[in-house]
Amino acid sequence: MNLTLKVWRQKNANSKGELKTYHVKDISPDMSFLEMFDVLNEELLLKGEDPIAFDHDCREGICGMCSMYINGHPHGPEQTTTCQLHMRSFKDGDTIVVEPWRAKAFPVVKDLVVDRSAFDRIIQAGGYISVNTGNAPDANEIPISKEVADAAFNAATCIGCGACVAACKNASAMLFVSAKVAQLSMLPQGQIERKRRVEQMVAKMDEEGFGACTNTGACAAECPKEISLANIAILNREYLIAKATSEYV
Amino acid sequence: MNWFTKTFTSTIGRKVIVALTGLFLCLFLVVHLLGNLQLLANDGGKSFNTYAKFMAESPLIRVVSIGNFAFILLHIIQSVILTMQNRQARPVQYAIVASNASWASRNMGFLGSFILLFIVGHLSQFWWQAKFGAMPTIAIDGVQMKDLYLVVHKAFQNPFIVVFYVLAMGFIGFHLSHGFQSAFQTLGLNHVKYTPLIQKLGLAFCILIPLGYAVIPVMMYLRSM
Repeated sequence: MNLTLKVWRQKNANSKGELKTYHVKDISPDMSFLEMFDVLNEELLLKGEDPIAFDHDCREGICGMCSMYINGHPHGPEQTTTCQLHMRSFKDGDTIVVEPWRAKAFPVVKDLVVDRSAFDRIIQAGGYISVNTGNAPDANEIPISKEVADAAFNAATCIGCGACVAACKNASAMLFVSAKVAQLSMLPQGQIERKRRVEQMVAKMDEEGFGACTNTGACAAECPKEISLANIAILNREYLIAKATSEYV
Repeated sequence: MNWFTKTFTSTIGRKVIVALTGLFLCLFLVVHLLGNLQLLANDGGKSFNTYAKFMAESPLIRVVSIGNFAFILLHIIQSVILTMQNRQARPVQYAIVASNASWASRNMGFLGSFILLFIVGHLSQFWWQAKFGAMPTIAIDGVQMKDLYLVVHKAFQNPFIVVFYVLAMGFIGFHLSHGFQSAFQTLGLNHVKYTPLIQKLGLAFCILIPLGYAVIPVMMYLRSM
């Protein structure tokens, strides 16, 4: 496959970036999108040019590091991570526009790399549970119904890639925050911090400069882990109940 | 800030205000439509004028109408603040956006702005006129009252006004197509048992209510021809 790529190049956080055009030749349809970028970067290195910086780690679709906004979709046309996107999803001769996640809370570090530590700070604000140290407890010691376990597990599959923020027209992080809040609020282990957690995580989310959800559903449609919009309703519910009833003034 | 102001200046808090005021305005749409359908009664405005007199004089309706204006204002103010925050959340735009979200859900601000324009026009044409303007009067069952029916009847002889009203109802329909269901989601009401019902109700609501309103100017225009 021969493709034309228009890739966002930006030297550093402070410089002004632009879309640059590259041509790649003889790309196998079985390559992943990142492997195609590896080929392009090797060519750039051979030419003595600066290779395109992009985030990646496991390349197995589980770490949430890859973060390319491809032809108007986070992670490209398939509902998966960029590393699991294959070139067979494109046609020979296609022009592909690749941009970084765009959000005030995700500043561009270089080229396609954005700083997603705002998510870490939201987790630090409340995305944890209290446990006793000592011996590991027996598995299945605490009975949890199948329905609750499944719903909590589905929410827990969020890998924090930020595709929800990238897809949302408001750069809202509510799908991410809701997945974390919903998962922990459903389980008995999450009850100790239940009210405090949602209050603090939402406060942090607002402080970081993410937008507000307008229920368009763009996030859930793009989420590689298919996190449901129902979680955002759970987040809203948890937040209102916590604000109305918690001991924190 | 105390907990109360913190709650209602948070993103979720503001959204809840938009949702609650929006649902109240949905209720208003139903009541207003039921009253206004009397315009089609074909009795020379007898039932409509009697109803308008009751609405103008009832202290309860007065309180509700002040609340209604306040809610419209609150709905707009909170939406504007949220929209500004949302714009700031993405200072650099994408070169290409291929959104999979519904058109209405992405353009609530545009739809709402047109609806506001309609409300201003609608109020100055009828509400302001009935309250402060020089009104024709009519005697119904020996009681002298303002003939609001005649004012409406005359207005809807103008095809441009009729088209403007029908168009505005289309905008309200699209605004409701997203707003109605969205309000429940914002209030945290998303449940496997109830959400399908809310969605069906929302679809029926966003079609039937604007349609009911649009019928009034169209019918009155056709009858006057």
